[in-house]
Amino acid sequence: MIQAKNLVKRFGDFAAVNDVSFEVPKGEIFAFLGPNGAGKTTTIKILTTLLRPSSGSVQIDGLDPTEHQNEARQRFGIVFQDPSLDQDLTCWENMELHGVLYHVPRRIRRQRSGELLKLFELWDRRDAQVKTFSGGMKRRLEIARGFLHTPKILFLDEPTLGLDPQSRNQLWNHVKKLNAEEQVTVFLTTHYMDEADRVAQRIAVIDHGRVVAMGTSQELKAQTQSESLEEAFLALTGTTIRDETASATDQLRQVARMWRR
Amino acid sequence: MNAIYILWLRELKKYSRSRAQIVASLGQPMLYLLVLGFGLGPVFQKAGGGSYVQFIAPGIIGMSVLFTSIFSGIALLWDRQFGFLKETLVAPVPRIRIMIGRTLGGATVAILQGLLVATVCLIAGFRPVSLVLIPVGFLFMIGIAVVFAALGTAIGSGLQDMQGFQLIMNFLVLPIFFLSGALFPLTNVPKPLAIVTSLDPLSYGVDGLRAALIGTSHFGMLLDAAVLGAFAAGLLFLGAWRFSKIEI
Repeated sequence: MIQAKNLVKRFGDFAAVNDVSFEVPKGEIFAFLGPNGAGKTTTIKILTTLLRPSSGSVQIDGLDPTEHQNEARQRFGIVFQDPSLDQDLTCWENMELHGVLYHVPRRIRRQRSGELLKLFELWDRRDAQVKTFSGGMKRRLEIARGFLHTPKILFLDEPTLGLDPQSRNQLWNHVKKLNAEEQVTVFLTTHYMDEADRVAQRIAVIDHGRVVAMGTSQELKAQTQSESLEEAFLALTGTTIRDETASATDQLRQVARMWRR
Repeated sequence: MNAIYILWLRELKKYSRSRAQIVASLGQPMLYLLVLGFGLGPVFQKAGGGSYVQFIAPGIIGMSVLFTSIFSGIALLWDRQFGFLKETLVAPVPRIRIMIGRTLGGATVAILQGLLVATVCLIAGFRPVSLVLIPVGFLFMIGIAVVFAALGTAIGSGLQDMQGFQLIMNFLVLPIFFLSGALFPLTNVPKPLAIVTSLDPLSYGVDGLRAALIGTSHFGMLLDAAVLGAFAAGLLFLGAWRFSKIEI
């Protein structure tokens, strides 16, 4: 369903993704784990048509997303790592806009929006502008929105960042349900090893833009002779803390935050 | 069609929700209109130019349409920064439709802003000479709005940060305004200035507005319409192309 072959993405002389290959069969939940700046998000951006690879190739349901952008986009849904809501619109309007962009028929759109907002406990605030929401509520809305249409492939880029345990639980239950009932292929990244352990059928560990290990949670533990996935992860990627350079967008966000105050 | 409509509607909703901004954006045109209009009025009159408020009102309307439409395009920068742009870019909708929805929305907002400023001008004593030609003036407003909303999109597609924004403001938007003949008649200006002003699309927009609203024109209404239309087509094309190339 998802395929990457010798994928490379360079920014200047820095290779964010350096010769990455993997394959995710239909109906699998696949976790992509790695420290900050390992190349997880860059890989997802290439798979979701937001970036073009420097070399190598990717396929989404047999389609090359660099050539058949629109066809590829019809096959996936994504929950981004960083915010992607319109703050001036209300909660409900954000759902509506998403539904229209993803061609969800009006009746189903309204019905599912209602169900999802109730599931993620945003229903009472549906007519409030998103800028009045707390960080956790915004995050929940992003996730509810991601489930509004049912894609063949679901990308979840650190979806649980900033979520409380209740919402986390809802999220993973919903993901598992979609996976079981509708054979949705799931590609997720997370920093919480217990989640990956619990949800993912296969795991790839990526560091410095390279895949350093791939297999089931059991296999990774056996390979590194560790008790838990967390230990296995540390054994594979070392214990040093990584710095990510702030991109222009991050800097801009900071300026905008100051402006708004 | 649906995607175009919902993105167009989004621009209108954002506009109607930013009341403080609407009021604030009336400040600058009012300063120009009232201070320049009445301050330079006597000199203009003595030089034989007639009423200066009459003369600059179309220029001020053109200016407010220019600023609002070009900034709606540059608002791409804000959407990039607040992340909403990504949401539209991964949607299964051809980017051209997303670009068209945004650009038309921005142009519509600019037209509304222009009408608001036109109302202020009327209150300040501006009187169009012919009721019949008012719809023609409205068409020129639409032309200006589309030209600069498309230009804004073309620029906004490549902008990454605030520094770039300042650069655009000082070296593009303000020159477009000051070189357009919005504030002074284009007849008898020195040759170099005449050449530069004739390259500025806003010159034709403002001139068309003047032709329709106060009955005087430098280039002639047909030339105004033709040049504005050509710029609109060209810039829409450029904007769509630049928008399709966005990477995040």
